[in-house]
Amino acid sequence: MANKLVGQNYTTPDLVAKVTGRAKYAEDFRAEGMLFAKLLLSQRPHARVTRIDTAEALAMPGVKAILTADDLPSVVEGANLGEGITASSISERGLTMEPLYVGEPILAVAAVDELTATEAIEKIRIEYEALPFVVDPLESLRPGSPNARTQGNVWVRPAPAPPAPGAKPAPPPQPRVQEWKWTEADFAAAGEGQLPLGKTPDEWSYGDVEAALAKADLVLDETFVGANTSHQPLETRSAMAYWQNGKLYMHCSTQSVMRTIGSVARWVGIDAKDVVIISEYTGGGFGSKGSGYVFTVIPALLSKKTNAPVMMRITREDEQYIGRARPALHSRVRAGFRKDGKLLALDGLAICDNGPYDVVGDSRSAGDHISLACQPEAMRWRMITVLTNTPPRGAQRAPGGMQGNSLMAPLLAKAARKLGIDEVALHRINAPEGKASFGAPNAQGRRPYVTSAFVKQAIDKGAELFKWDERKARSGKREGSKVRGVGMALSCYSAGSMGFDGLIVIKPDGRLAVQSGIGNLGTESVFDVHRVAAEVVGVPWEKVDITWGNTSKNVPNTCGQGGSQTTHAMTRAAHAAGMDAVTKLQKIAAQTLGGKPENYEVANERVFRKGGGSGMSLADAARRAIELGGIYDGHELPSTINAFTTTSATALAGQGLMGVARDAYGRDGSSKSYVAGFAEVEVDVETGAYRVIDYVAVADVGTVIHPRSLGGQICGGIILGLGHAIGQKWVYDKRYGAPVARRFYQTKPPSILDVPRMQWAALDIPDPETPVGARGVGEAPVGAGFGAVVNALAAAVGDEIFRRAPVTADVILAALEAGKPMHDPLTANV
Amino acid sequence: MAAIHDVMPMFALYQPESVDDALRLLDQFGAGAWTMAGGLDTFDWLKDRTKRTEAVVELGNIAELSGIKEVDGGLEIGATTTLTEIAQHPVVRQRFGLLAEAAGLVASPQIRHQGTLGGNVSQDARCWYYRAGWPCYRAGGNICYADTPTAINREHAILHADRCVAVSPSDTAPALVALDASLVIRRLGGERVVAAQDYFVGPGRDITRMTALRPDELLTAIRIPAAWAGAEFYFEKVRDRQVWDFPLVNVASAMKVSGGTIQSLRIVVGAVAATPLRLTAVETAVAGKPRTPETAAMAGRLAVEGAQPLEHNGYKVPLMRNLVARAIRGAGAATT
Repeated sequence: MANKLVGQNYTTPDLVAKVTGRAKYAEDFRAEGMLFAKLLLSQRPHARVTRIDTAEALAMPGVKAILTADDLPSVVEGANLGEGITASSISERGLTMEPLYVGEPILAVAAVDELTATEAIEKIRIEYEALPFVVDPLESLRPGSPNARTQGNVWVRPAPAPPAPGAKPAPPPQPRVQEWKWTEADFAAAGEGQLPLGKTPDEWSYGDVEAALAKADLVLDETFVGANTSHQPLETRSAMAYWQNGKLYMHCSTQSVMRTIGSVARWVGIDAKDVVIISEYTGGGFGSKGSGYVFTVIPALLSKKTNAPVMMRITREDEQYIGRARPALHSRVRAGFRKDGKLLALDGLAICDNGPYDVVGDSRSAGDHISLACQPEAMRWRMITVLTNTPPRGAQRAPGGMQGNSLMAPLLAKAARKLGIDEVALHRINAPEGKASFGAPNAQGRRPYVTSAFVKQAIDKGAELFKWDERKARSGKREGSKVRGVGMALSCYSAGSMGFDGLIVIKPDGRLAVQSGIGNLGTESVFDVHRVAAEVVGVPWEKVDITWGNTSKNVPNTCGQGGSQTTHAMTRAAHAAGMDAVTKLQKIAAQTLGGKPENYEVANERVFRKGGGSGMSLADAARRAIELGGIYDGHELPSTINAFTTTSATALAGQGLMGVARDAYGRDGSSKSYVAGFAEVEVDVETGAYRVIDYVAVADVGTVIHPRSLGGQICGGIILGLGHAIGQKWVYDKRYGAPVARRFYQTKPPSILDVPRMQWAALDIPDPETPVGARGVGEAPVGAGFGAVVNALAAAVGDEIFRRAPVTADVILAALEAGKPMHDPLTANV
Repeated sequence: MAAIHDVMPMFALYQPESVDDALRLLDQFGAGAWTMAGGLDTFDWLKDRTKRTEAVVELGNIAELSGIKEVDGGLEIGATTTLTEIAQHPVVRQRFGLLAEAAGLVASPQIRHQGTLGGNVSQDARCWYYRAGWPCYRAGGNICYADTPTAINREHAILHADRCVAVSPSDTAPALVALDASLVIRRLGGERVVAAQDYFVGPGRDITRMTALRPDELLTAIRIPAAWAGAEFYFEKVRDRQVWDFPLVNVASAMKVSGGTIQSLRIVVGAVAATPLRLTAVETAVAGKPRTPETAAMAGRLAVEGAQPLEHNGYKVPLMRNLVARAIRGAGAATT
């Protein structure tokens, strides 16, 4: 590839619509006769609804229908719902008669306008039978304490049955909820501010942790508690639905367009072929809208019930409750270091505050990404995922990885200070390199490993850009009431899947039509990855037409836009489709102009004999492909592509030369990306207030596809992590099980004026295990955003100031005043 | 009946073009009327449907309520003058920089463009229990949810609590008290002028209101006398975020210093009590004292005498102490 497009900045085709306000998001759509839906939310943290009186509401003029849990598709316990999902009667369904948190939707009203629907909700009488509740996971582990659900308080995955001789091992059993309590002795054994270490249902380990701790020169034992943090993307999870010829048309705000078909079909209880997803623009997802959201079932079924289109606009407060959040991890880690900073052993336990519904994997992911970023020689990781009567959690940008890298950051910085070595040197000596191992060993005792890691180069480059040594010299020195501090952190996250399809058509006018099933969630990958296809077939970007945002428009099987998969997975698919087109062009040229296909090459909108000579334009080749038919124009399709792609490609057959292929490129290892972050803060020790002054991030993410969007992702991820450090949180009154921080001015996500000067760089070293060399970046930066900031704080004011996040002025001032940490680290949501 | 938030209820909207018309409307509707200036406090309540009204009297069309006039060496500021105008006004900046600085630190640029001085000093308590519609003392109930053993009260009062522990959330209020401002209040057929210090009402006097303003009255102007023009001012606001945040604690002071000796002082602290708290004991104690770090430290200690922190707001005691000391030390105190 000549790389005329890959690695260059350009203007994405959606940009003008976005900045001029012409872009249509889910709530901007209108349809003839459209009704509006509003939600009735539970005011109880846990209760059984014993009676709903809707008579007065239904009698109001303009009220058309009420939807309750009784209207939802019934659950067949254990049924295979496809895409790896098994039906469970305790899963979230969108509406409920047993609300499990304050703010859970109980019913929805459809009316001619929102005011009518709202007034109707105020006329509904609901009677509840109160049930026990708990909003603090540690509280729920105490003997005799309440459980969040009638079934219990902890997610437990039963051990798999041993496979019969010769048989394939059975799939892992479904996790279940059961009661799980720690003992009074467990609680008594923990010192002040230390997390108790009770039994956990899940753990993994490798190496001899106790022996390694015994030979360590320094052993730290640290408790750290993070915050639950709401997503609150700028666009709430609104949705509009209508039915036409038996098909459901769903306008929603989703991260993944093609990958939302299956989930909406499951929630609504219909066949995937009867679902059309329309989502050309999405105002942020960050993991909370991976494949849409379960609440799309509400307008879908209200629309069916009323035989009219139904718009459900989700308000800011609704979003605070139903919009998903990152689960807090309550952790305690013992870590043993050699004199030179090498991490010999790590023994950790993490409680994950799961919320009331389906199990989130953050505690497991935390252990994986700790082991990758720090490469301990021996490690044990214990996990317990506790249910609470708080809003449901879900993936939030580096789920688990962020919390894992974050809880380690202050510990590593403290170790460096105690050992008298440089923090950067300590990170460097522990950094992953090459095909580094991570996570739990498999049944054969082998641990997974990554495709590549050039982390030491990223650390070195970051230290140089940040002028680490220069700034460190003044770190911790007080001037008046101000003291500065510098800190660094390393974070990493999953960065790519594989095996999806690409679908392109070179049209007889010489233009390249690209079919994209990628969601437009703001990352620009919906366009960026297709630069690869254009590059491969030698078409200038001005002649590329991308179709996106609508699953009725013939898009291929596409990965979900979550888990930082897309840049990796879909550049591979784009490359495969491009190479398929090139092969076909070479064959057509050889048939038309003589010689062998391999005598021809493709570039500059032509296929021509290598070294010059005869050739033909892509336009001519496209016309020839239509004449030839068969494989050339999509009338015959490869058997390897996904059935969904086959349907789309069949609809496009005969329009030109089709490039269609599954990504069958190999890969040795798991794709992970890495970010080294460096921060400087200035703290006012008389007030505890501080500012983050500077931030430098260097990413190891493989080949750079689009520098400007990469920079946006790196800085955006850093800012998310910074927000977790400086202020964002939930606040609950545990006596009432109710949130008191409900609004932005109370939950305090970071504002643009909290953002420091930022500088970013990428190594731009290709990943050796993918043809384009590119990996994902969305998630890797978040932990470094958090870690570098809190480490800079500790450098400024000391290691014994904070034991939880966020670190706010009151935490700092109270500890400086008392000479010891004053904030109880163990209570959740304060 | 089920509750639902985030949808503006129906109300009649009146947009009078003169103060007299506004007063007639307030008189006509009595307690049923809701006066609205910039709307930042109003829309929060109304959208939440926690407080309702049949009639909103919106002041935006009343030209006579907006603007800054120089009067007898002081200023008269119309109640609906925006915080941005005040923060940027050359005379305010030059002679009463304390107010310009306080106004410029309110909330966010967008809110300052919309929010008014009258609204900023008249806004309701921001206690998150009260604001969420919990039936507390301030809402007419018989409990303070923010003062229970499990309550989360990091942002609540350390001084002068009386059943309710909510604090005054305003940034401009302490500045106005420090400047000896007075507030012009009109009702149909009458006018009264109230010292800023008396405009703000603690729960001991009226637990359901934050100001002396009665339902049929309109705050029309804020008068700042010449007394402190050009004095040495200090304003500082400590908050969690750099923008769009209420104060954890703020401090406003005006000081006259001669030959290194403090001649006279006004010092007022916000967000520690239900009203902006003028520290008269400090003012008296430092008058005539040399302006030294020792005097400042003494002032800080004196300021927090009698403070009674709740479970989560103990930090406010050293924060208030240090801010008061810094105010005495003066501008640049944070870095010297």
